[in-house]
Amino acid sequence: MNTLILRTIVPLLTGLMVIYSIVVLLAGHNDPGGGFIGGLIAASAFALYGIACGVAPVRRALYFHPVSIAAFGMLLSALSGVISLYKGVPFLTGLWWFPEIAKGVEVPLSTPLMFDIGVWLVVVGSLVTIALALEEKE
Amino acid sequence: MIGYLVLTPFLAALLAPVLVFLLGHRASWILALVPGYLLYRFFDFVPAVAKGETVLQSHEWLSGFGINYSFMIDGLSLTFAFLILGIGFFIVIYAGGYLKGHQHLGRFLAVLLAFMGSMLGLVVSDNLITLFVFWELTSITSFLLIGFDNEREASRRAALQALIITGLGGLVMLAGFTLIGLVGGTFELSELLSKGDVIKEHGLYSLMFWLVMAGAFTKSAQVPFHSWLPNAMEAPTPVSAYLHSATMVKAGVFLLMRTYPMLGETELWETVLPLFGGATLLVGTVLAVRDKDMKLMLAYTTVASLGLLVLMLGVGGERAIEGAVLYLIAHSFFKGALFMVVGTVDHEAGTRQIDKLSGLRSAMPITALAAALAALSMCGLPPFIGFLAKESIYNSLTHGGLHEWTIAIVAIVGNALMFGVAASIAIRPFMGKWVDPPKAVHEGPVMLFLGPLVLSITGLVTALFALQFMQMNFFSPMVSAVAGKEITLDLHLWHGINPALILSVVTVGLGIGVFVFTNELKKIFDKVLNFINWGPDKGFDQAICFLTWFAGHFTRILQTGEIRTYMRITFLITALTLLIPMYKLNIWPNMPSFPKLSLWEIGVFVILVIGILQVVFARTRLTAIISLGIQGFSVALIFMLFGAPDLSFTQFMVETLSVVIIALVLTRLQLMKQDRRSVPSLIFDGLVAISVGVGMGALLMNITQMPLDLRLSEFFSTYSAAIAHGRNIVNVILVDFRAIDTLGEITVVLITGVSALALIRVKAIPEKKTKTTKGSPALKETS
Repeated sequence: MNTLILRTIVPLLTGLMVIYSIVVLLAGHNDPGGGFIGGLIAASAFALYGIACGVAPVRRALYFHPVSIAAFGMLLSALSGVISLYKGVPFLTGLWWFPEIAKGVEVPLSTPLMFDIGVWLVVVGSLVTIALALEEKE
Repeated sequence: MIGYLVLTPFLAALLAPVLVFLLGHRASWILALVPGYLLYRFFDFVPAVAKGETVLQSHEWLSGFGINYSFMIDGLSLTFAFLILGIGFFIVIYAGGYLKGHQHLGRFLAVLLAFMGSMLGLVVSDNLITLFVFWELTSITSFLLIGFDNEREASRRAALQALIITGLGGLVMLAGFTLIGLVGGTFELSELLSKGDVIKEHGLYSLMFWLVMAGAFTKSAQVPFHSWLPNAMEAPTPVSAYLHSATMVKAGVFLLMRTYPMLGETELWETVLPLFGGATLLVGTVLAVRDKDMKLMLAYTTVASLGLLVLMLGVGGERAIEGAVLYLIAHSFFKGALFMVVGTVDHEAGTRQIDKLSGLRSAMPITALAAALAALSMCGLPPFIGFLAKESIYNSLTHGGLHEWTIAIVAIVGNALMFGVAASIAIRPFMGKWVDPPKAVHEGPVMLFLGPLVLSITGLVTALFALQFMQMNFFSPMVSAVAGKEITLDLHLWHGINPALILSVVTVGLGIGVFVFTNELKKIFDKVLNFINWGPDKGFDQAICFLTWFAGHFTRILQTGEIRTYMRITFLITALTLLIPMYKLNIWPNMPSFPKLSLWEIGVFVILVIGILQVVFARTRLTAIISLGIQGFSVALIFMLFGAPDLSFTQFMVETLSVVIIALVLTRLQLMKQDRRSVPSLIFDGLVAISVGVGMGALLMNITQMPLDLRLSEFFSTYSAAIAHGRNIVNVILVDFRAIDTLGEITVVLITGVSALALIRVKAIPEKKTKTTKGSPALKETS
């Protein structure tokens, strides 16, 4: 699929899709979306990038090996549950903080958010692993 | 407190590599303080145990299942603990000298200490399950020790063999322990030992007996499971000296002694143990006489000694137990010393072949002295503890009928052959004319001769000067613990002339004969064994070969490697599991009443159906896959129309990605562009597909026609925003209410990713040329 149109547009498209996937991830708690869907969007973005421009640029762009990304996500999700243990509540109980970064502006932070970011990373990492391995030539 | 004592060697094991890194081989002087300190602490128990008390301590573990980290110290476990720690003390020092400068000395000492801890835990355990855990820990640590020289194939094989045989025996034993626990109503040995009658009279006694024996016989290298022990001589000498004198191999004997009040003194026990023990004694001694490698000779005499111990326990009764206990202690001293002597000779002279060494006494006087003292004890000559042991054994065998005398004859033959081996090892390398060994030989450093010297002298001092002390504090309590009743021994070096002494004299006479005519005996044994030309060692290889052959063929039958077959089977079974219950229970769904659909809804359904038809009738595979995407997108649209944006969103992404991935897979597989099937397979596949579809549809209709329980939905919609701070219920369920499910799911996703990567990266293994006759013609052409 080495066409000029694709090669020109896809890098832009990939960037947009990744940003969008992060938006979906963060907005997911109140609006449609979440880590799983966001992860799928980002994974298809990277898969598309790989098809258009080859695997090497994707690997360079990701910097980390996709399996490591997935494993780190797994770790993050599991750790979000461990935090609850330290607070003396059952594993994976949601905990919330509302730090005020400016006057009147609260940023809700929570262990479910951390968990969801972990899910996002696992989905992206695993699917990109498969897609890139398949796209790679022998 | 006992629990912490047992943990100490494991903690020291963690420190060992650091200490070796800092201090080199001298670190073993410091590490030896660990068993030394523990020895000092265990002295606290001596007075109580000498009075016949039993010290019990327990920490809760899985108390709901009756499994506790509980400990018992009585005469038996205390004496064993002393042997393990005392000999361990010298072994740690010896290891430092023996492996001086070895790059993995730290690792070696660490595993050695971990092994020591496992062994210590094994003997002081009160709970059967705790005992089992330590039992398997000794198997695992000994695997690491035997395979220490992991770059040599022989030592890898020996390590695996030891692990397979002893580990397997241990697992069988666990089944026995479970049964005993169920029958006896507790896993605590201290309670079970007094319930011997309950167990012996139970209908499953013989099953329990055999299961426990499987553990004991494999660990204590009884024929036909003995081959792992001589093969384990591939390990560095400190390992052999430790594992095969007082520890690993004695664990089986320990188990027999521990369970004696519970399982012993039955007809089965008194038939099976003497048979296995006697056979092991004879086989071990014959193989020992035949060998030229001194380390192997000692290994085979260890096999023989274990046979003798099992034999004595099988005879049963106070006197036989007394003999077994004394022999066990004596054997630990002299065998530990002799192994270290042989190791030192090997280390300094460069060989341990008995026919290449002679006249070393001038070059290695201290080692020669240690060898002589240990061998005298092994020969059973006064005034060594070996003599006391042998006297006790014979004493127990001269008071019975034919049965006892038969056993006595077996024991005499075995002991005489062992006498010959002991004499050979003490005399041939050290006495006689000087022969130049491969290396310029000189006395070993203090680290190497300290252990054997002290252990061999202990064998002398115990019998000559400290008999009363040892008898009161160790021998009597241990015999009492094994027999399960209070027994006070009255041992003396000189009993006057009695049948036992006469048997001893006969043994010595025969033993001298064996020593003088060793070469002739060797030839005879060689001929016999070459004639048989099969042994359990070969049998082990054959068993493993058969296992891999069987596993290979079985897998071939199950796994044809044809994805089409897998899919057919999977879908066929899916269809059957869906349809059979509905047919059997006659719960077919009612025809639903079709609501009036709006125009766009009808439009979506039409697209969906067209997509499916396109999949079925597509000419090329690629078209089919993309059409599959069409119907997937239609489903996503339906989700959207019915108010499930999250589902629809996910469905879109999943469809896109699966089309991309399937297309990529297809380009890799280099399939034909078109999918051509024969008519019968078309019909079959079509039928399977339709049944799955009908089954799935019926199932869904059934579900929707049942009354819907809305409690969960209501709970989620009430509390989603209130306590979980989220308005998107689906997401809140995923990351908060049901987060642990999601954790499981992402684990699956991760594993799928990694396994897919592994599968894609696999390169086809080229088929071997030799086995292509039965393969397909295509394979033959390529090879």
